[in-house]
Amino acid sequence: MSGTIELLQEALAHAKAENRAALIAYLPAGFPTVDGGIEAVKAAFDGGADIVEVGLPHSDPVLDGPVIQTADDIALKNGVRIADVLRTVREAHAATGKPVLVMTYWNPVDRYGVERFAAELAEAGGAGCILPDLPVEESEGWRKAAEQHGLATVFVVAPSSRDERLARITAAGSGFVYAASLMGVTGTRASVGEQAGELVRRTRATTELPVCVGLGVSNAVQAAEVAAFADGVIVGSAFVKRILDAEGDEAAGLAAVRALAAELAEGVRKRG
Amino acid sequence: MPEKPEFFLPDPEGLTPSAEGYFGAFGGKFIPEALVAAVDEVAAEYEKAKADPAFAAELNELMANYTGRPSALTEVPRFAAEAGGARIFLKREDLNHTGSHKINNVLGQALLTRRMGKTRVIAETGAGQHGVATATACALFGLECTIYMGEVDTKRQALNVARMRILGAEVVSVTSGSRTLKDAINEAFRDWVANVDRTHYLFGTVAGPHPFPALVRDFHRVIGVEARRQLLERTGRLPDAAVACVGGGSNAMGLFHAFLPDAGVRLVGCEPAGHGVETGEHAATLTAGEPGILHGSRSYVLQDDEGQITEPYSISAGLDYPGVGPEHAYLKDTGRAEYRAVTDDAAMQALRLLSRTEGIIPAIESAHALAGALELGRELGPEALLLVNLSGRGDKDMDTAARYFGLYDSEEAGK
Repeated sequence: MSGTIELLQEALAHAKAENRAALIAYLPAGFPTVDGGIEAVKAAFDGGADIVEVGLPHSDPVLDGPVIQTADDIALKNGVRIADVLRTVREAHAATGKPVLVMTYWNPVDRYGVERFAAELAEAGGAGCILPDLPVEESEGWRKAAEQHGLATVFVVAPSSRDERLARITAAGSGFVYAASLMGVTGTRASVGEQAGELVRRTRATTELPVCVGLGVSNAVQAAEVAAFADGVIVGSAFVKRILDAEGDEAAGLAAVRALAAELAEGVRKRG
Repeated sequence: MPEKPEFFLPDPEGLTPSAEGYFGAFGGKFIPEALVAAVDEVAAEYEKAKADPAFAAELNELMANYTGRPSALTEVPRFAAEAGGARIFLKREDLNHTGSHKINNVLGQALLTRRMGKTRVIAETGAGQHGVATATACALFGLECTIYMGEVDTKRQALNVARMRILGAEVVSVTSGSRTLKDAINEAFRDWVANVDRTHYLFGTVAGPHPFPALVRDFHRVIGVEARRQLLERTGRLPDAAVACVGGGSNAMGLFHAFLPDAGVRLVGCEPAGHGVETGEHAATLTAGEPGILHGSRSYVLQDDEGQITEPYSISAGLDYPGVGPEHAYLKDTGRAEYRAVTDDAAMQALRLLSRTEGIIPAIESAHALAGALELGRELGPEALLLVNLSGRGDKDMDTAARYFGLYDSEEAGK
C-alpha cells in the first residue's frame, strides 16, 4: 500500500481553491493515552483541521518548548511505542479520510530502519513525514524511501536560512514547506514574528510547493494574520495545552481540542 | 611556548574529518535548520582563525600566561606500586587555571566568539568544570554568560555552581529529563535556537555537530603534544599506553591525538561503568551503546530499540552522559583505541589511593582513568610505561567523596 501524499496535496489545493489557508494541527501520539491521542486527532479534524501531524514522542526533543516536552514525557512514561504511533495514524486516517503526517526527530526513524519506517507509515495510510533535525544534506536515504512509498518529505525552513539554501531545501522537499515563523522552539507566543512574512516570500521565490507557517500560533487572530500570507497555518502547542489543562478529564480535553480547531478554522478563512 | 601553536600541528593523514564532518561512518551535522547558519559560521570562522597568525599568537599567549601551560608531567611511583610496578606519569591538566583541561577549549572558542562579534556565550556543564572555565573566559573577555546544568548536578557539584556565579555567570538549573548533562545540552540548544544572532554556544566536548568534534579536539590536542614531548625528554621512550577518562571524550581526544600515528602506543579510554555495566546503571556508551544520533552527530549512544535515549548513571557528573564524541566511535571501530569500563567503586578507590600515596586529589572523572591505569599496569607488568591524563582536580568532589567514604564527623559518629 502506498502512502497518501496525493491526499495531502489535494487538501492544500482545496484550501487554496477556497481562497483560504489550510489548518494543520499537531498532536503527539500516546498523549494523554494512545486511545486518547487517537480521539484527539479525530477531534481536531472534526473541529475543522485539514491536516494533522502526529508527533512520535522522543526522549530528547531539543526543538520543543515545555508544553510539548511535557506531553512527550507523559507519552513515553506510559510506554508509547512506534507501533502505537502507526496505529494512531491508521485509525485517524481511516476514520476521517484526511491526510495524516508524522513529525519526529531523526534518531527514532534511523534506529527503527528507514525503509521499514517508510513502508509501515505508508501501510498505515500516512501522508508523509517531518523530520526537523534531519538537514537536507543528510536526507537522501530517507527521501528515496519516502518517494518510493508515496510519502511526502516536509522540510523546515527558518528565518536564518539563506536564499541559496532555501532553494536547495525546497527542491528536495515535497508536500509542503514548513516555514518556522521565528527563531525558537515550539510554544505559544503573544505575537507571531514579523520574520514569517518575509520568510514565506523568500521561500515562494524558490518553489511552487505550498508554504505553511508554524511556531507560536495559538488563536484565531494569529491564524488569520498568518493566513494572509501563508498557504497553511500550523498549530501544535496550543492544542496540547488544551489537553494538559483538562487535567485528565478526557472528554473535556477532546471538547477543547474540537473548539480550538473550530476557532482556528474560522481564523484561516478570514485571512487577516 | 614554541612559536608555532601546538594545536595547529597538521593532522595525521586520513584523520581529519571529511568536509561534511565525518570520521568514517560517525559525525555529521544533524541539526535543525535554524542552527545551520550559526554552525556554518563557526566552521567558517574557525577556518579563518586557523589561517590567521594573530589568532594563534593570542591563544598561545593566553595558554602560557593565563592557563599556565605547559602543564607539568608528574611521575607517581608510590601510586604505581599498586599497579604491578609499572611506571606511571600523570599529565597534570588539574594544574591549569580553573582546575581542569576544559580551559584549553574555552579560551580558543572565546577568541572565536569575539571574532564573530557575538556578545553572549552559553554552555552546558556536567561536573561544572566546563561551566567554570566558560564563566572564567567570559569574565576575562567581558562576555555575557549563561550556563545550563542539570538539577542533579547543581546539587552534587554545588561548589562549582558558586564558582560560576561569583564569576558573574547565570546558572540555569535544568529540570527536564534525567536532570543531568544530556538535558543541560538539550536546554542549551533550545536557548541557542532562540538567541543565535548574538549568542555563541561554547560546546564543551568533542561531540555535537560538525565542526565541534574537530574544533574542540584541536584546542585540546596540546595536551598530548606536550605530554609526548615531556615523556620522551624524561624517559627517552613513548608510553606503552595513553590512558584517559571518557564521558563526551574531550580530554581523551586531546591526549590521544598526538599519539595516533604511534602504532606502538595503546590508546585506552576509561568509561564510567557506574554500578556495573551488567546492572544497566552506567554511562559506558562505547562499551554498551549502539550507533545513533544524539546532540547533532552520529556516534555511539545509549538507547532503546526504538531510538529513545536511555538515562545514564555515574557517580561522576562529568561522565554521566549517554553519548560520546564521533571520533572516539571511529577509533573504537577501527581498533586504534580501546575502551574499558570502570565502576564507581574502582574510581573512588583510585581517587583515595592517589590522594594518600602522592598528595594529589584527582577529580572523580579523572579517577576513572587512574583506576584503568592500575588495571592496565597489572596486565602489562613492571616494564610498562603508562601515561595518564589527570584531567581535573578533585576539590569539587569533596562532598561526594566525604559521603562515599564516611568522612564527615557526624556520619563517623553514627558508625
